[in-house]
Amino acid sequence: MASGTSEIQGKVILSASEVRRALIRIAHEMLERNGGPQGLALVGIKKRGVQIAHRLAGALEAIEGQPIDVGGLDPRLYRDDLEVAGTKPVQPTEINFDVENRPVVLVDDVLYTGRTIRAAMDALIDFGRPASIQLAVLVDRGHRELPIRADFVGKNVPTAGNEAIRVLLQELDGEDSVLLVRTPEEESV
Amino acid sequence: MARTRNAVATREAPPARRSRKGPVTKTPEGISPSTQPELWTGPDRHLLDLDHVSTQEITEILRSTDGMKEVLSRRVRKTPALRGKTIVTLFFEASTRTRVSFEQAGKVLGADVINVTASASSVTKGESLLNTVRTLESMHVDVLVIRHPHSGAPYFVASHIDAPVVNAGDGTHAHPTQALLDLYTIESHLGGVAGKKIAIIGDLLYSRVARSNLWGLTKMGANVVVYGPPTLMPPELDNAEGLDGVVRAASMEEAVDEADVVMMLRIQRERQAAGHLPSMREYSRVYGLNARRLKLAKPGALVMHPGPMNEGIEISPDVAHGAQAVIEEQVANGVAVRMAVLYMLAARGASGR
Amino acid sequence: MAASRKGIAIIGGRVIDPSHGIDRVCDLLIENGVIEAITDGSGDSAIDGYEVIDAMGQVVTPGFIDVHTHLREPGEEHKEDIASGTLAAARGGFTTVCAMPNTEPTQDNASVLEWVVRRSAEVGAVRVLPIGAVTVGRKGETLADMAEMAAAGAIGFSDDGDPVVDANLMRQALSYASGLGNGGLAIMNHCQEPALTRGAQMNEGAVSNRLGLAGWPNEAESGMVARDIELAALSGGRLHICHLSTRQAVEYVRTAKKRGINVTAEVTPHHLTITDEWVLGHHGEAVAAVDVAAYDTATKVNPPLRTRDDVEAVIEGLRDGTIDMIATDHAPHAQTDKLCTYEEAANGIANLETAFASVLSLYHSGAMELPVLIERMTAAPARFLGRAAGVPLGTLEPGGPADVTVFDPDLEWTVNPDEFASRGKNTPLAGTTLKGRVTLTVYGGAIAHDFSRQGAAVDA
Repeated sequence: MASGTSEIQGKVILSASEVRRALIRIAHEMLERNGGPQGLALVGIKKRGVQIAHRLAGALEAIEGQPIDVGGLDPRLYRDDLEVAGTKPVQPTEINFDVENRPVVLVDDVLYTGRTIRAAMDALIDFGRPASIQLAVLVDRGHRELPIRADFVGKNVPTAGNEAIRVLLQELDGEDSVLLVRTPEEESV
Repeated sequence: MARTRNAVATREAPPARRSRKGPVTKTPEGISPSTQPELWTGPDRHLLDLDHVSTQEITEILRSTDGMKEVLSRRVRKTPALRGKTIVTLFFEASTRTRVSFEQAGKVLGADVINVTASASSVTKGESLLNTVRTLESMHVDVLVIRHPHSGAPYFVASHIDAPVVNAGDGTHAHPTQALLDLYTIESHLGGVAGKKIAIIGDLLYSRVARSNLWGLTKMGANVVVYGPPTLMPPELDNAEGLDGVVRAASMEEAVDEADVVMMLRIQRERQAAGHLPSMREYSRVYGLNARRLKLAKPGALVMHPGPMNEGIEISPDVAHGAQAVIEEQVANGVAVRMAVLYMLAARGASGR
Repeated sequence: MAASRKGIAIIGGRVIDPSHGIDRVCDLLIENGVIEAITDGSGDSAIDGYEVIDAMGQVVTPGFIDVHTHLREPGEEHKEDIASGTLAAARGGFTTVCAMPNTEPTQDNASVLEWVVRRSAEVGAVRVLPIGAVTVGRKGETLADMAEMAAAGAIGFSDDGDPVVDANLMRQALSYASGLGNGGLAIMNHCQEPALTRGAQMNEGAVSNRLGLAGWPNEAESGMVARDIELAALSGGRLHICHLSTRQAVEYVRTAKKRGINVTAEVTPHHLTITDEWVLGHHGEAVAAVDVAAYDTATKVNPPLRTRDDVEAVIEGLRDGTIDMIATDHAPHAQTDKLCTYEEAANGIANLETAFASVLSLYHSGAMELPVLIERMTAAPARFLGRAAGVPLGTLEPGGPADVTVFDPDLEWTVNPDEFASRGKNTPLAGTTLKGRVTLTVYGGAIAHDFSRQGAAVDA
């Protein structure tokens, strides 16, 4: 997961306004795909996915004028890399609504190997049986290791193994932008 | 993420076997000089007490406990986090509550939990403890949870096994998961322990709960006040190394006065037989917590007890079951804390393989 | 090889014989098992025909005497036996060891003592003098047949490992033994008030509190030392305090000696050099947190390792003569006796092979003069033995048995218990570096240990 501050140097992939426009577009695509906001719920993957989910919900509400359920999910306990996953605290998952028979959109900042999404789907299913699970990401950087694809993508960014995507968000980092940074070693996202 | 605080054996050098440091030249008089405490880079692969756990690690465990508590509130209380992992609880002392707490913690995380109970008294030679541990290890234990009536037994075991070891109570030494759940319980009510007055009352001399709590609470910045019969107070408490912020009260009233938390310790009846106490009746009158004394504490002060309680002795039933008591909450938080600990250590164990 | 020669000449070493106030570079000639002469600058002709040992830069002293050794034979040969224990003694520079009676069967009667004496003569690498039990079975109930044991060679009496708890029995023992031997034999008491040490695992103090181990307070020792001193005064008997370890006990003995009471005391190498902080592991270095090196069972010993303050007090006591002598309390154990929890572990340290190098740190630190330190290991225990030994010991006086120890005071070495001759590998010093090493031990005119031959012993 991208963690950083505004001091991070890198190539700007998305500016603040581009982030905003991308999220509005995704909101429209979601409505189109699901035939409206009925039953739609968003579940952000901790931690930046949660902020993005809230923004998407805001955009949906602005368009449709009705509230959207938003939750946050920590898929840590469902991951397949215990030795890495277990080095950070587990955060509470907040899904205070029923997911049974509803379309649920998982939201994350960056889609990379797909393993986090796999874990998140397993976690989500422990809360009930959604009618469908969809995926929205701000950036898809490629390098998938599982047969997973995003339904809604802010921007596709082909990357090299020694590059990483840093997503900065106003709520956490004081600014909105997406950066492409070089890393000495392959970054786990 | 600078870790400068102490923890014990570094991951780089898993203390799989008791290893001696390199040659140490003895100083004049043959006594080693008093050196500065070493800085440990941590994290440790075992949880043996809280003295070797950094404040940052304690904070992380408590945060993770939040997540685990949420898992316990789910409809499906099961996750695959430790699927395929084997946790063994090896108890040489009867303790249903602690064993069950660890067992549930392991099972919610998806681990296979094997409970082994043994009697230390039937084990006349330590070789048997070592043999037991080696047998378990050959069965691929991923985390070993041990309770033993001898202080230091988990340290001995940890020096002979690769798997992470959790001390679930050793003799009169330590009980770190109890201290963590106490910290968590206090924090969840008061927002934190820093600057809070915590009164710990009773048998400080033989209490492993108190000993671990002293480490945990002082590390996290609490003002700890202790009180109990002089026969049950560690003589060295006043100048105990590293336990800054622990004060001995002169009376029960002074200890409880304006306290944010009053933590009562279980009094063992064998203390009376050993001559530490005249009678349980007198103990109750002089050192017991009742409603009148609790009024001296801050309004809404928390009443805690590690259990099992001797109601009517160290704590009166009305207080034990009163509005300020969080004793049952302590038990519930115990499972979540132990989940956080098992998850953290299983991860460290997995990375060491 | 020595047999074909005239004898052994140890030349060019610094000879220290406190029994005669000798401390100078000279040569020592040994012939027919006895000290032939101490000569200054003997010419080549004088040593012609001798096996010559060049001791230049080394120190030559009377063979060390240990009045407190556990050889475990008969009965616990898996821990040690007379052959392995005396070989360990030879390597440590000891030419006389006194065997404590906690054997199985107990050395509480003349026939067991005679057996030990006979066995030692057969297989011992050095001299073994037996100590008889004070009470039958060391149970502290009935006096053992002390007069018969004295006749069989007992040099003193002890229930070591356990104190004589009953004050009246102690009084009677002191009184009875005062009529034995030539000038009385000593009651060597292990001073430990049992009621104050119930369940005790280590010294009571900050470290025991930190580790949650039951403590053994200083006063459990000093209280009984005070009692025994009064009983010695009352009975007129000879009292010997075993392994004195506390500041308070040093004070009681100091005062007793001023009062003219017949009391002697010994101190062990470990009580002179290491503290209870060693129980935390890491060889006494300060630790920020207790880790898996703690609860080191090799540090479990009775009386327990004490505090720095006590160590300073016993060093001062040894220096000023309040404590007469150094005794090892060599207590070898099988590995399984220590491979367990601290509470289950046996008490004791296998000491013979590290004892001298350990206490030599007192010389290197400037705490004690070398001749004084040597006196505490030679002339002082010899005085304690008196005529009970049968021959003059602890001296290089010509005509006496050629028991000689040669050591290099500056040779550094790392303690590796696997290399011990003793079966007991139990020492907290494993891995530490000591300065000073016994290079040659001559017992009765024959080489019992020669470090230059890789420590391999040549049978006496």
